[in-house]
Amino acid sequence: MKVLVPIKRVVDYNVKVRVKADNSGVDLANVKMSMNPFCEIAVEEAVRLKEKGVATEIVAVTVGPAAAQEQLRTALALGADRAILVEANEELNSLAVAKLLKAVVYKEQPQLVILGKQAIDSDNNQTGQMLAALCGYAQGTFASKVEVSGDKVRVAREIDGGSQTVELSLPAIVTTDLRLNEPRYASLPNIMKAKKKPLETVTPDALGVSTASTVKTLKVEAPAARSAGIKVKSVAELVEKLKNEAKVI
Amino acid sequence: MHDLELSEEQRMIRDMARDFARREIAPKAQSWEKAGWIDDTLVTQMGELGLLGMVVPEEWGGSYIDYVAYALAVEEISAGDGATGALMSIHNSVGCGPILRYGSQKQKERWLPSLASGQAIGCFCLTEPHAGSEAHNLRTRAELKDGHWVLNGAKQFVSNGRRAQLSIVFAVTDPELGKKGLSAFLVPTDNPGFVVDRSEHKMGIKASDTCAVTLNDCVIPEANLLGERGKGLAIALSNLEGGRIGIAAQALGIARAAFEAALGYARERIQFGKPIIEHQSVANMLADMHTQLNATRLLVLHAARLKSAGLPCLSEASQAKLFASEMAERVCSHAVQIHGGYGYLEDYPVEKYYRDARITQIYEGSSEIQRLLIARELAHYDL
Repeated sequence: MKVLVPIKRVVDYNVKVRVKADNSGVDLANVKMSMNPFCEIAVEEAVRLKEKGVATEIVAVTVGPAAAQEQLRTALALGADRAILVEANEELNSLAVAKLLKAVVYKEQPQLVILGKQAIDSDNNQTGQMLAALCGYAQGTFASKVEVSGDKVRVAREIDGGSQTVELSLPAIVTTDLRLNEPRYASLPNIMKAKKKPLETVTPDALGVSTASTVKTLKVEAPAARSAGIKVKSVAELVEKLKNEAKVI
Repeated sequence: MHDLELSEEQRMIRDMARDFARREIAPKAQSWEKAGWIDDTLVTQMGELGLLGMVVPEEWGGSYIDYVAYALAVEEISAGDGATGALMSIHNSVGCGPILRYGSQKQKERWLPSLASGQAIGCFCLTEPHAGSEAHNLRTRAELKDGHWVLNGAKQFVSNGRRAQLSIVFAVTDPELGKKGLSAFLVPTDNPGFVVDRSEHKMGIKASDTCAVTLNDCVIPEANLLGERGKGLAIALSNLEGGRIGIAAQALGIARAAFEAALGYARERIQFGKPIIEHQSVANMLADMHTQLNATRLLVLHAARLKSAGLPCLSEASQAKLFASEMAERVCSHAVQIHGGYGYLEDYPVEKYYRDARITQIYEGSSEIQRLLIARELAHYDL
């Protein structure tokens, strides 16, 4: 079974991001970039499926600038067999990415697509769902457990108030939640091997996909700074403020 | 992020080591220090990741890429815990290194794959109670009797002494030949004549086990001679550059951890109505610390590049080690200072960094020895 793992290059989770002075977006100059943590979980799950003998080939794919090859190499070092870079220099919205991924799905014909439920840069939580809709495949989102048997995949989903288990017919789309697994570290020998694994670059044009956006980002702003707290003199004053100012009791 | 000069592979290794150190090492460093022992599972994990075979080529089961990757990895691991950085650096440079360069085919086959994968840890028994910087003045004797070497003597400051499966022991084989009468031997530590007397109680890197060892009629096969008879001193001094690059990177890692702790604290600690980083005297300290850290990294990576290219770098490696270790004490001291009274408490990590950093000016050639070497190399400086 072939597994396709779409991943994304994002600002490293340790970086404290800053909004650009002109409010056009987040300042990415000299900022450390990494693989989106949810995507690491997706790669790990695919590698575990391969170790169990369920998956036979893992293909990592990303849509992004040439520099996103770094994240593909990381995926290769973690255990993916080959990688595809869909080279796009402008920032694309979720629908454009889903359309590009659909073209890759049609070309590669994977039985399973595993991707992060969202990317920590824009937190959209859309690409997996859009991809499922565009392909007409079943989807199991927010997975905390994935079990493939025969032509079905059973996905335990994290939902409000508990866990829901769904069974999907393959081919299917699965998006990963935090508790699905704990990703491994890439070992040095595997980092060295990754250099020799194939990495192919394609363009949106070659895939026949228009990435024209229907959404325009107007303004990006930092969250409002929290105002300082105050000290109250008595419990009575506290209760009064909770009732009348904060209106929480 | 100023890493334009690094290859994609070097960056991946640095990032992996950083991630690993942040998640698996730093949170446990304090408890290991109390126990005086680095968790065995962590050492196994480091072995599996290839961090313990970074000077051994792939054909021997190692993960050598170059000394830049090695220095970057040691810096990251040491930023997590100085003692773990010591274990890593010492195992790589003086545990694996001598067998790689001087081992026979058989010795390499027997030991290199297990050392490079961390299944066996190596230690280095050179120093003796009265022979530190004067490394050639050994008293441990090795005598050939009926096809076996019999070793007798006392060794001091043996890092990884209790953890190691293999020790490289230096001893006098031919006393009349002076410096040319020393030889090196491979001694498995389960030999009944290899006796670990005690673990030393140290000022810092307490989780790194440093031992005094006695060789008590330690009988080993004749074939355990490493390299040629009489080449002991050359073997002992063969990888000074690699070892010094490792310790320089360790000092750099400890100092960076101290700097980052101080920076974080200075942003949060409010005095006189504003974060102390906005007080000029604190800001200036942090500016100096950051500058010195970056200058050190340039020196360390420069020496590492020369070493990787096979170019002579005795002076450069000594400069990196001298500068890094002395910088580390200053930076860690500033980090304690910025924390004020809290910096003196065990509740904050900086007092440990300060203690851990101190050793880097002493082992793998003291600052005085580094200056001596750098000055000696000046004889070849063209004006």
